[in-house]
Amino acid sequence: MDPAQFFAASRVLIVAGKGGVGKSTVSAAMARSAARAGLSTLIVELEGKSGIGSLFGRPPFGYEEVVLHPGGGPEASADVRARMLTPDDALVEYLEDHGLSRVTRRLMSGGALDVVATAAPGIRDILVLGKVKQLERGGAADLIVLDAPAAGHAISFLRSASGLLDTARAGPIHTQAADVLELLSDPDRCQVVLVTLPEETPVNELVDTAYSLEDEVGVSLGPVVVNGLYPALPGLDTEPSATDLPPSVPTAELEAMVAAAAFRRERTRLQTEQLDRLASALPLPSSRSPSSSPPTSAPPTSRP
Amino acid sequence: MSTGPTTDESGTGPAPDPLGELLDRHSVVVCTGSGGVGKTTTAAVLAMEAAHRGRRACVVTIDPARRLADAMGLAGLTHTPTLVEGPWPGELWATMLDTKATFDALVANHSADPEQAEAILGNRFYRNISGSLSGTQEYMAMEKLYELHAEERFDLVVVDTPPTRNALDFLEAPRRLTRFLDHRLYRILVAPTRGLAKAVNLAAQTFLRTVSRVVGAEVVQDAIGFFAAFDGMEKGFRERAASVVELLSDDTTAFVLVTAPRRDVVEEATYFADKLADADIAVRALIVNRVHPRFSDDSLAVLRRRAEALAGTSLEPFARNLADFSAVAATEEAHLEGLTGRLGRAPVVRVPFLDSDIHDLAGLDRIAAHLFPDAADRASRDPR
Repeated sequence: MDPAQFFAASRVLIVAGKGGVGKSTVSAAMARSAARAGLSTLIVELEGKSGIGSLFGRPPFGYEEVVLHPGGGPEASADVRARMLTPDDALVEYLEDHGLSRVTRRLMSGGALDVVATAAPGIRDILVLGKVKQLERGGAADLIVLDAPAAGHAISFLRSASGLLDTARAGPIHTQAADVLELLSDPDRCQVVLVTLPEETPVNELVDTAYSLEDEVGVSLGPVVVNGLYPALPGLDTEPSATDLPPSVPTAELEAMVAAAAFRRERTRLQTEQLDRLASALPLPSSRSPSSSPPTSAPPTSRP
Repeated sequence: MSTGPTTDESGTGPAPDPLGELLDRHSVVVCTGSGGVGKTTTAAVLAMEAAHRGRRACVVTIDPARRLADAMGLAGLTHTPTLVEGPWPGELWATMLDTKATFDALVANHSADPEQAEAILGNRFYRNISGSLSGTQEYMAMEKLYELHAEERFDLVVVDTPPTRNALDFLEAPRRLTRFLDHRLYRILVAPTRGLAKAVNLAAQTFLRTVSRVVGAEVVQDAIGFFAAFDGMEKGFRERAASVVELLSDDTTAFVLVTAPRRDVVEEATYFADKLADADIAVRALIVNRVHPRFSDDSLAVLRRRAEALAGTSLEPFARNLADFSAVAATEEAHLEGLTGRLGRAPVVRVPFLDSDIHDLAGLDRIAAHLFPDAADRASRDPR
């Protein structure tokens, strides 16, 4: 699928997946691709330590927006910006907007936020999503890439809207919840991109998560991104022909080459097996991650 | 390909067995590391090997993959350890953490009477805690560990830790929970007020009013009801939390860090190691899973030149592929250097990519063969 087309399809992309599959790397790579296609992009990070900054060669960022990659240049690309928005940040901002004064704010250090969040489970998640909706509505960027919590939490994170809609009767939270649900269920405004590795357990979890999200949240799913696929390297399938061999290749080296080839073939076979399982369990297009993992002939780069 | 300890075939002495010694010398092993690195599997392997070494071992898992859970008899929600049968002289027990049940048991044990316990367990705010308060799962894992260790029917307890982006969740969990339970806000509300305290009380009232407007008054009432019912129990909880922290800092406890050689994963593991060091906790061993094998000792430059020299022959892709893997292996080692440098003399053991997911005891054996020379010996005597 043409990147420009894909990234222009929704204003908010929520990137979700099991811990360890490389969501942050994929988020960063997608942002970079979108910017190259001319779309200004804002990455929103929810959890303390993501390392997305270092992928762009920058220090870690906080609540204030920073530029990770300026636009312009020969590629005429747009800029990539980023900010953190933790659930606690969202709750504090909301309480302050609703009448919490400076004096009372001092009480919040004693874990009062935890008490509020426990009293109304999902409230912080709703407020984070509400803030993202605000950013989207306000045109903060052409594309917002939200790096979501790891799989299990992603579901409860996204379900928080419908959950609170049930329990909180009319009131400010109810309105928030309704607005957020509106955002999540409109594919022109929002899609969830699930990320996985071509391995059994991550694929299982992805399939479960996909169905849960569709059934319980009603959000639209974009293509699945598979990280860590070995690039194709043709010519390894057949043993090298004896007539072709230069006499100077020592046996030990030949053995090493054969062993390395066998390993790559086997891993590729296993990966293909998992891709097939994924395709048959889930009728969604899948795409190779724009960032590459091992191995490539070029020296590995640290930037997406 | 050199991964993990191997039997010394030259006969000059037994192969080094740093992980085996670690299992023999400690009564508690905590497996830390990011999500997705193979912590649960590693924890199970360590416990199983302890059983092979004649010890009575119990592993506490957090979120095992379905098939592995089935293979270890964890299919039903077992709140108490289940015995896993196998060809070992010791014992292997397994249990899956049930955060809520563990918390409920703590409440029951610390309650002055059954009425107090009932008031808390039935309270809606309390029921939200295990799901909502971050660090609760980590805390209950440590509490479970403490319980099992105290029971004295296990020589070794191995605990998996919840996957978390933030190492602080794990270390902060006892403090966070006790602070939560000891809530100042509530104390302010119920304490008799006079003078300066009255101003603070007013502030507390304002806070509650704002919150009630935002989340609803009944919800706030539930919270107050919980703290009222809990009144008096904070001391017991605090003492318990202190005992748990003491056990974690004791010499009998060993922290094992599990990682993978990917740059972002190593970065997180380094962060974990630093945070543990800040808390005066040493990492006793590093286990690196999914390492790419290095097929040749020749330098990358040599291998690349060889590939160029073979251009146009059917060997070229093979040579290029060999060079690629050498580059990957070198990159992985470079990523690991920063981490291993911080760990002093702690042993580092590498496990290569295995050809399938681990979902049964035979799979655990295959990993064990890379971690323990004894297991490698067993495998060579009884190949499956």
